[in-house]
Amino acid sequence: MSVSPNTRPAGHKPPFWRDRAKRALIFQLLLVAAVAAFLLYIVGNVQDNLSARGITTGFGFLGNTAGFGIVQSLIDYSSQSTYGRTFLVGLLNTLLVGGLGVLAATIIGFIVGIARLSPNWLLARLATAYIETFRNIPLLLQIFFWYFAVLRTLPSARDSLAFGEALFLNVRGLYLPQPLFESGFGLIPLTFLVAIVASIALVIWNKRRHEATGKRLPAYWISFLLIFGLPLLVLVATGVPVTWEMPELRGFNFRGGITVIPEFLALWLALSIYTASFIAEIVRSGIQAISHGQTEAAQALSLPRNLVLRLVVIPQALRVIIPPLTSQYLNLIKNSSLATAIGYPDLVSVFAGTTLNQTGQAIEVIAMTMAVYLTISLLVSMFMNWFNARVALVER
Amino acid sequence: MMNKKHLVLLASAGAITLAGVATAQADTLEDTMERGAVQCGVSDGLPGFSAPDDEGNWQGLDVDVCRAVAAAVLGDADAVNYISLNAVERFTALQSGEVDVLSRNTTWTTTRDTTLGLNFTGVNFYDGQGFMVSRDLGISSASELDGAAICIQSGTTTELNLADYFRANGMEFDPIVFDTSEQTVGGFQAGRCDVLTSDTSQLAALRIQLDDPSGAMILPDVISKEPLGPVVRQGDDVWFNIVKWSLFAMLNGEEYGITSENAEEMLSSENPDVARLLGQDGNYGEGMGLEADWAYNILSQVGNYGESFERNVGMGSPLEIERGVNALWNQGGFQYAPPIR
Repeated sequence: MSVSPNTRPAGHKPPFWRDRAKRALIFQLLLVAAVAAFLLYIVGNVQDNLSARGITTGFGFLGNTAGFGIVQSLIDYSSQSTYGRTFLVGLLNTLLVGGLGVLAATIIGFIVGIARLSPNWLLARLATAYIETFRNIPLLLQIFFWYFAVLRTLPSARDSLAFGEALFLNVRGLYLPQPLFESGFGLIPLTFLVAIVASIALVIWNKRRHEATGKRLPAYWISFLLIFGLPLLVLVATGVPVTWEMPELRGFNFRGGITVIPEFLALWLALSIYTASFIAEIVRSGIQAISHGQTEAAQALSLPRNLVLRLVVIPQALRVIIPPLTSQYLNLIKNSSLATAIGYPDLVSVFAGTTLNQTGQAIEVIAMTMAVYLTISLLVSMFMNWFNARVALVER
Repeated sequence: MMNKKHLVLLASAGAITLAGVATAQADTLEDTMERGAVQCGVSDGLPGFSAPDDEGNWQGLDVDVCRAVAAAVLGDADAVNYISLNAVERFTALQSGEVDVLSRNTTWTTTRDTTLGLNFTGVNFYDGQGFMVSRDLGISSASELDGAAICIQSGTTTELNLADYFRANGMEFDPIVFDTSEQTVGGFQAGRCDVLTSDTSQLAALRIQLDDPSGAMILPDVISKEPLGPVVRQGDDVWFNIVKWSLFAMLNGEEYGITSENAEEMLSSENPDVARLLGQDGNYGEGMGLEADWAYNILSQVGNYGESFERNVGMGSPLEIERGVNALWNQGGFQYAPPIR
């Protein structure tokens, strides 16, 4: 005889294993306990094994002197610095190539993606060829191509390709003049900041005024003038307090100026060009996802073509573009660890390579390296999700 | 996307993470006898020390240590599984038990001996760090290298010595760090760096790999002590003794004039040192769990240290390295083995 809930006598509760909610809770508790027990077992086991083998553990090594050189560092670094410092140097080098890679990949990707939709037959086919070529060749091969086939064949330092007296390109890298700021230069970044704040205020005020009165100023043009014109004016007024340090051939190499090492160039080019081919496809699909009726409706309101794009198509396309774009950014940053194949001093090469080997702290070093990539990826995800929420269509 | 190096590292870290504690004290000798082969870690191809010949057989001074251990333990010098390791992988591979002997031109240093859970068993080659430069530079001494770009292999003592040397002499340099010695040669040939630095023996080996060996020269300066030797895990003293005495047997063999050719005749030698070494008087293998003929097997199958040196790196090889400090103690060198008694 089956008992339906309705006929159950009042005050008589079913046993807890018949209650779905309680059962679910018990299973979840069991799972958490099992995972925790497994983690505890692993940690304990690692410690037992390491001490049984006489291997030193802990993070104390980070304070020891590293004693090796690194070819590119954004912060002060010498062989007298600590292993902890090598971690920072590697991390910054990873962020540098990752950040510039994301920037370049986005720009190239948007241009190629839009070009692929162009009514110009040649332009559209060129964009298609670009995408199909670079998307389908393994990234490591592309890095090798740029490094070994392109940059390795440049002339030696003595026979550098010179562009004027300021820019030199050779097998050792790209040499650029470096600006040296004299006293009084501090005013210029300050003016720049003031101009940016003023521009933002102007745009907001202009928008409100437009909504209230229907009148508006060309706020974007004024902002552009403010941001670039004002600092330039101050620069001239203060008598240009900048001198340029030119790279000069002395001894083996060019000295002075800024050196962009070929390992960086190769990695940056390969990462940007490879990822841009995916971004181009994302941009194309995002634009095509907006039904043509929307464009026609906007044109029927006699909006000019640029406003149709800016006010109707792009805001809606971004909604489709941003989630997959996030994945591409994450891929690019993670792929930057291929740097070690050509000797670019990124986190994996410097910290998980040289530092690991000099200290022998494999578990600590690898765990730290993995934690860094996880953190960077989560931060990028968080930012992109926030941005996505901002541009998402607000349904009324 | 991971390259091989990181897979090996992760796998080794995983092995340490998951393996039971019991394996830490495992009996390497017993495991080796059961397997019927010695697990030996060698380089990723360094002529003269460990590199496969054109038939794929591993050859070299370091390889002969693996062969000597196999001859002593299993009676067959060919019973070796060679595992090729780059500089970064090598210690993790030994710690995690992927190899039982690491014989891979590895410098004996305090950190490596005391904090990695490893033991160096001796020195099979006394080396020092040097510089190779292109002849066109017209340089004759390392003190003229201020500002040079220098190619180095990642994860070596070389990286540390180089920084020390340049700092001590108030000079600057750009380190260009690669994963394998092959890549450092590539960088040197392409002109990415002015100087290639490594142990002088390795420079000799790398120089003959250049397209034009005569266009490059090795500077006379030697900036460091690099005692190279085999390494084993800590905690298995029997195995430590076996590897240590396999090398000593080769050195003593040279001292007593026992070669791979005359080993059989020497069995009937009147010399008490020779009789003890070859197991004709007493059983000195017993304490290590080996047969009495352990050293005979080494000397008849692999040869003595002098033979190995000449064949692999000495004047009879393309490297043409002088015996120098690697001569026996009674011939003006450092090589000295305790007596078999």
